[in-house]
Amino acid sequence: MVRKLSTEFCGLSFTNPVVPASGTFGFGLELADSMDLNVLGGISLKGTTLEARFGNPTPRIAECNGGLLNSVGLQNPGIRELVNAKVPALRRIFSGRIIANISGFSAEEYKECCRIADSCGGIDIIELNISCPNVHGGGMAFGTDPGAAAEVTEAVRSVCSKPLVVKLSPNVTDIVSVARACEDAGADGLCLINTILGMRIDIKTRRPVLANRTGGLSGPAVFPVALRMVYDVAHACSIPVMGCGGVSGAQDVVEMMMAGARVVQVGSENLRNPFACKEIVEDLPVVMEKLGIEKLSDIIGCA
Amino acid sequence: MPNISKISLEIRSNEPLNRNCFRLEMCGDGIPAFSPGQFVQLGIPGKFLKRPISVCDADGEHIVLIYKAVGEGTEILSGLSGGSRLELLAPLGRGFSAEACKRSALLTGGGLGSAPLLFLCKTLLGAGKKVNAVLCFNTAADVVLADEYKKLDVEPQIVTLDGSMGIKGYATDAVFPGHDFFYTCGPLPMMRAVCNTLPGPGQASMEERMGCGAGYCYGCTIKTADGPARVCADGPVFDKDKLLW
Repeated sequence: MVRKLSTEFCGLSFTNPVVPASGTFGFGLELADSMDLNVLGGISLKGTTLEARFGNPTPRIAECNGGLLNSVGLQNPGIRELVNAKVPALRRIFSGRIIANISGFSAEEYKECCRIADSCGGIDIIELNISCPNVHGGGMAFGTDPGAAAEVTEAVRSVCSKPLVVKLSPNVTDIVSVARACEDAGADGLCLINTILGMRIDIKTRRPVLANRTGGLSGPAVFPVALRMVYDVAHACSIPVMGCGGVSGAQDVVEMMMAGARVVQVGSENLRNPFACKEIVEDLPVVMEKLGIEKLSDIIGCA
Repeated sequence: MPNISKISLEIRSNEPLNRNCFRLEMCGDGIPAFSPGQFVQLGIPGKFLKRPISVCDADGEHIVLIYKAVGEGTEILSGLSGGSRLELLAPLGRGFSAEACKRSALLTGGGLGSAPLLFLCKTLLGAGKKVNAVLCFNTAADVVLADEYKKLDVEPQIVTLDGSMGIKGYATDAVFPGHDFFYTCGPLPMMRAVCNTLPGPGQASMEERMGCGAGYCYGCTIKTADGPARVCADGPVFDKDKLLW
């Protein structure tokens, strides 16, 4: 039997639900010579701001049990370089969904960045990143308060004709209230979760491992947290959800979809295995057969 | 970007070279061609991220890595014995430009920086170039690979900080001009001092904590004269005049 991996999100079809998460797969081009990108359902591009950013000082990476912390700090070439060079180059070789991840430091900046992204034909979906924990005065500051989340969503909505997905922060008391605020402000979909704020200290030097002191925790350790939040939000909101957080295998994809995700993003696993998403797509039919699943679309939210 | 493969190799030997440095030799199918200065990402049992380790020697069937047991990952690695299998990503990074040397080269290694330079030494000698080597360590007990250079008929000048072997002092007390190109790999302050001391053109191999090791996580970016550069993919080897230190 041919197992059907296809899924649908905001009216867009995906050949399969597997999408490398923003920040864990660059701009899609970095690995183009090492693998066939077209096995992927889509690619969420590295977080981009209006102007180019160097990001945080190094070390930006710290390992921990079951994952890692990162404090890259939104290094990117700016939105114009993204729409003029990166996306056109990727579009030439990639037929899946291209998701532009947009961040900023003020509602106006988010709006201008999205206006430019919206004009780019190669971009299918705009992912509004209000959850980056590694920049000060922006990113997560908008994602931890329902009012601020609604304000930036509404500002961007007015210039965005493409499906608008808001990427939520787990660093909140009640993620459902933030999700509902984004839905009410006009979001077409939600993506969750971004990383969880964490820290490591080098016990030999007695100093924080990361130059930025704190960073975002990701990897298999966060999967149950992400799953719970996806489940809660998918049940509370009527707009579709992309599940993200600690997904490391095909079984995790199935579990995320059972929690209510229509698309599943894979993040940290890419950092230890650039072929992780390809392998997950290949493993999905095997896992589906074992579980008696004919079509992935049948299991969305079944739990 | 080069074509990166994921391969599984069997440990042939994993022997100590001194009190905390080890020589890891692996064999198996699918070992790609490497140029000196390139590295692999080595999977460690029980650790989430792979570890970037420069290649000391490789042919189509074997690969040799020299590492120091300094953290949790390398401590685990040092306990593995022959027969165990490890997963690697390779080849990674931009290595040294051996062709940049026309006649004679000076290699300056600090600690385990001597390992990728040994691979470069072989390559340069094979291309008919003259090679001088300066190898720097904290103390005589830390000296590694000096005999491997001697086997290639390159007599390395040893430098130790405490004077327990060779010249007492720093790399800058031993390096000398008269070569048309130099290459250095070791601690950052040593490489910076070497680059500032030697007047001619040269290259240095940088080190940073890495995530993916293959250019797509942007975890190891440094500032260069050409703008932000990923140590793993735009480097680790950079021209002296591009480094802002």
